Amino acid sequence: MWSRIISRLLTSLVVAWASVTAAFLALHALPGRIQDILAGDLEYPGLREAIAAEWGLDRSLPAQYLDFLLRILQGDFGTSYVLRQPVTEVVGSQLMPTVQLALLGGILAVIIAIALALLTAGRGRISRQIASFLELVFASTPVFWLGILLLMAFSFTLRWFPVSGASGWQSIVLPSLTLALPTAGLLAQVLREAMEKTLDQPFVTTVRSRGVGELVIRARHVLRHALLPAVTLGGWLIGGLLGGAVITEKVFGRPGLGTVTLGAVLTHDVPVVLAVVLLAAFIHVAASTLLDILYLLIDPRLRAQ
Amino acid sequence: MNIQTRPLADLSVALDPQVNPPGAVEPVTTAAVIAPRLLSPGLAISLAFLFVLLLAAAFPRAFTQFDPLIGDYALGLKPPSWKHLFGTDRLGRDVFARTIHGTRYSLLIGLGGMAISLAFGIVLGILAGQRNRFLDEATSRVFDVLSSFPGVLLAMLVVTFLGQGMLNIAIAVGIAGIPKFGRVIRAQTQLVRDADYVTHAVVYGLGRWQIFIRHVLPNVLVAVPVIATVYIGNTILAVSGLSFLGLGPQPPTPEWGVMLAESRDVLRVAWWPGVFPGLAITLTVIAFTLVGNAIQKRFEGRLA
Repeated sequence: MWSRIISRLLTSLVVAWASVTAAFLALHALPGRIQDILAGDLEYPGLREAIAAEWGLDRSLPAQYLDFLLRILQGDFGTSYVLRQPVTEVVGSQLMPTVQLALLGGILAVIIAIALALLTAGRGRISRQIASFLELVFASTPVFWLGILLLMAFSFTLRWFPVSGASGWQSIVLPSLTLALPTAGLLAQVLREAMEKTLDQPFVTTVRSRGVGELVIRARHVLRHALLPAVTLGGWLIGGLLGGAVITEKVFGRPGLGTVTLGAVLTHDVPVVLAVVLLAAFIHVAASTLLDILYLLIDPRLRAQ
Repeated sequence: MNIQTRPLADLSVALDPQVNPPGAVEPVTTAAVIAPRLLSPGLAISLAFLFVLLLAAAFPRAFTQFDPLIGDYALGLKPPSWKHLFGTDRLGRDVFARTIHGTRYSLLIGLGGMAISLAFGIVLGILAGQRNRFLDEATSRVFDVLSSFPGVLLAMLVVTFLGQGMLNIAIAVGIAGIPKFGRVIRAQTQLVRDADYVTHAVVYGLGRWQIFIRHVLPNVLVAVPVIATVYIGNTILAVSGLSFLGLGPQPPTPEWGVMLAESRDVLRVAWWPGVFPGLAITLTVIAFTLVGNAIQKRFEGRLA
């Protein structure tokens, strides 16, 4: 099992390294000088020279590449020339609200998906049809439109929650729900299908014959099996949540990485966007690696191989 | 917004258990295969909806007399009525006319993005599906790297480099979608590669290229329309998200995402500009998903 864990870790390191390399190559493959690309929409005397000095643009390409790798390894993503601040500060100061939103959205999504699957898997035709219809609708609804609808219903009409901003727990209810529902729709689809397959397994009959109640069978025995295929989706889910958080923040006017990134995209502030994208990729890779290892620990069948 | 691999459940079947009851004998004629599926109400409605959508994209003026760009300020923010089915927006433009005219943009950008994903996905997927271990590892790592970036953020990076615009968000979404198509094509290539008829062709003494062009390639490409229909909905979702962020077409273009972004300012007083374009996106995605799943179901088990 250890060899599997180690090889999984190595693969992830390779992917993380490759994504940094891809970013470096993309920068150099673009038409135009790197100085102009990194400067964004900014123009003042001495700027290009300063950038050239910071990025060591007078040195050979391999030396620049090595320098780039080392700096990212140290957590240094360079300077945003548009904001005139180190990128780490720009991103770091806005990280928390987004992480909060993504985490809460993710937890909500998992809870909703598990509840839907527990209640409807293998039940009568009508409840399954309703559930799969709901899942389809959730999965097909754009995050931002869902946000707009929730805003209209709960903020403008019912006035239960504030319209925008990020103060107090009330302000995170609608954004996290917005983020959670589409993800929950997709997750519930997978979970329900896996549960229905598991419910047909002989061990379920055995458990049932011991007189265990239906809900306990589902929650304690079937769900554990069904969670495994869903766990493989974990990495994808986290990536989707981070991307979705950016859009959700825009809908609700919440501060966070979304505002920073969007602003950076519009002013061509490449260092900031690059840092956010790489950070998201690292989080994604780390999370899916962790989940895969967890998978090995949970499922004894995989360990034996 | 999820550009990444999306789990597919057989919703068409879940929605209509009459289709393919367990143990049913496969009908023999093509008509017999198609007929019961067309009876499935969800699928029939989806196909009809997509047909209307195509018509709206091709001939928007046949659907509405109003201009999508010019409005009457005096008629701003009127609720839906018989004259203005979806009401009017802040500038007095007819929301129905804008939604109809928006069909073209959403479908075109979505299809464009998909074409890019498919082109790269097919080439890389076929390379990865060859017997060469090194080629497979290298290409698969490329897919891993591409899919390690969350779709929206990768697309935002591409837009930072290329600038805003319709073509550029198509490229952005297209790049983000490459690994998804590439992996399916890789699996399909491996299946075909190991199929009996390829072995027969080898025994028969055909050359490598001849086998590839005449036997492998056509059978790999069969899968393309199936994957394309299943994923087009996702591509449209991704595109609308980027337009909502203001990275794609710019106002006053009547694109659905752009319209919803504009509606954000008037939500307090008017619900209609914020409802109908979103409904259009969601219904389009649902329709494509249902049709895609039905096609996938029909091809299941006979792709290789």
